[in-house]
Amino acid sequence: MNDTIEIRWHGRGGQGAKTAALLLADVAFNTGSYVQGFPEYGPERMGAPITAYNRISKKPVRVHSNIYSPRYVVVVDDSLLDSVDVTAGLAKDGAIVINTEKGKEEMVKGLGGYKGKVYTVDAKKISLEALGRYFPNTPLLAAVVKVAGIMEKETFLKEMQASFRHKFANKPEVIAGNMKALEMAFEEVR
Amino acid sequence: MAKRDRLSGNEAVAVALRQINPDVFPAFPITPSTEIPQYFASFVANGQVDTEFITVESEHSSMSAAIGASAAGTRALTATSSCGLAYMWEELYIAASNRLPIVLALVNRALSGPININCDHSDAMGARDSGWIQIYAENNQEAYDNMVQAFRISEHKSVRLPIMICQDGFITSHAVENIELLEDEDVKAFVGEYKPENYLLNPKCPLAVGPYAVTDYYMEAKRSQAEGMRYVETAVLETAGDFARLSGREYGLFEAYRLEDADYAVVMIGSAAGTAKDAVDELRADGEKAGLLKLRLYRPFPAEAIAEALKHVKTVAIMDRAESYNNHGGPLGADVMAALYRAGSRVLAVNYIYGLGGRDVRVESIKEVFAALKQIASDGRAGEAYRYLGIRE
Amino acid sequence: MAVSDIKKLGTKVSWKDLTEGMMIAGAGVSREFLTGEWSSVKPQFDERKCTQCLLCTPVCPDSCIPVVDKKRGAFDYDHCKGCGICVKACPAGAITMEGVE
Repeated sequence: MNDTIEIRWHGRGGQGAKTAALLLADVAFNTGSYVQGFPEYGPERMGAPITAYNRISKKPVRVHSNIYSPRYVVVVDDSLLDSVDVTAGLAKDGAIVINTEKGKEEMVKGLGGYKGKVYTVDAKKISLEALGRYFPNTPLLAAVVKVAGIMEKETFLKEMQASFRHKFANKPEVIAGNMKALEMAFEEVR
Repeated sequence: MAKRDRLSGNEAVAVALRQINPDVFPAFPITPSTEIPQYFASFVANGQVDTEFITVESEHSSMSAAIGASAAGTRALTATSSCGLAYMWEELYIAASNRLPIVLALVNRALSGPININCDHSDAMGARDSGWIQIYAENNQEAYDNMVQAFRISEHKSVRLPIMICQDGFITSHAVENIELLEDEDVKAFVGEYKPENYLLNPKCPLAVGPYAVTDYYMEAKRSQAEGMRYVETAVLETAGDFARLSGREYGLFEAYRLEDADYAVVMIGSAAGTAKDAVDELRADGEKAGLLKLRLYRPFPAEAIAEALKHVKTVAIMDRAESYNNHGGPLGADVMAALYRAGSRVLAVNYIYGLGGRDVRVESIKEVFAALKQIASDGRAGEAYRYLGIRE
Repeated sequence: MAVSDIKKLGTKVSWKDLTEGMMIAGAGVSREFLTGEWSSVKPQFDERKCTQCLLCTPVCPDSCIPVVDKKRGAFDYDHCKGCGICVKACPAGAITMEGVE
């Protein structure tokens, strides 16, 4: 269905790709969309490549298959480029967002000739600066929301503030850092 | 007033159970149903329900405890998947033959082996002859709605049989999707209070449950049990009618999707039916008369209504998410073909085994089935009726 | 539900008359079920030898030895299966099995 945005996440077990997909479903839901957020389950453990998916639509989503022709791909760990065909089925007029400390040119080289748009963000730098720890999923969430044009920055930040207040009700001290990580990633993804 | 939310299928079922506030919930965890008792345990800890939550040591025990609790006169339920259901085997028959309206939240997962945690219907299909009512869901909304309706059906005076509320493991149980929830008080009023006529903890009239039956009465006892099944369709439709007035969402024995004028039909159960709807719409847009029959009630089997709904189609593919190892098809295939035969139908029918162990079902996969159905119609013969979808040859 | 009519448990009863799930409601319904015909031998009670110790009453598995006015009553042969446990329990030799040495 053309009016559905399909997003595929590639990460490693423990990096929060599933959580990021569920958070993205949350914010899209909060702004009135029909959503799906689901991981592909198996016996994977910490560090093993995993996949998660999002569908975001103005109409109810009925399809229950995995996503093979995504409009957007998010790569939570650039080392996956060596082992996983992350651009498989990715729309030529779509985009890929990669978390990396390296330059964009190097990433493009690793994508086997993908012709669409390539965005990078250094989620590690942002996370360490804003949170003092490495949680790549928060910056990547902001990056994909911006790249996919899912919503305006102000709306997104407002939604995430509410979401974090709920999620971190028991440790409100981490909310400000997470919000900062989102803002930085929104600005720094390119 | 409905509440718009987004929940996974497991969380949706847990919310329904919180709203129902059952009396007894014995539980033992198994993937992918573990989250249901997990969420529910937090409701118990937070004082949101006053259910007796019993952490038992196995599924054999969880169903045994549910049987004891139900016989005692309480509203009891449990949740499980796959080998957990297999481990309840003996108790499933005891629950049904003792006419105990227990609810089982079943999150469908493949049976071993090879060992696998993903979705197929082999667990539930194996239990299809145990005397339990079985209702299946396409998505989280249906899993929630079916759970809200479950006790009304199983406790129906003329039914009094246990019921499995099934949903597809991971595909719906762990996928977050939009959902409309009913208000707590509406669910409470809809489900009503449980007032069994006889129960063990009634001091005014002691009761013996589960007596031995010698050959002289065993067969009469089984025939009497079958009578309860005969009222299930009525109970399901009555309950669905009341539910539609409450929620605005209509349910029947099955859903006929663009089937009225279809030439080619697919019959299936569960989450892949949603995918099939997209396939049907795409084919319709290309001028193909494709249709879908999505079964909701599988046990008892609404044979006459299904045969009637399919009588005009040229070809039909019955989709089984379970093997039956009888060399001629799956369990749903056998049921639907028997229904067609008894109705005197001449429709050309084939049976596909698909989606085992979580094998993904795509819109393209279903379109492939419709293409085969079109070919069969033009050939005028079904050919091999026992097929595998998407298998690597 | 009314107390179950246990006499309906027989080879002539229709499935329609069976209780739901074969449940049996009501207390003491086993009295209706005459198990006395299961035996070919019956205990005999000699009141003259009886010392009224009442040891026979609690050992009877079928509660067939009543105590009436603090005295040992007559056997309930409708339910006695002729097991002979009372014969062993009686210290006064007041109970014997008919046809058994």
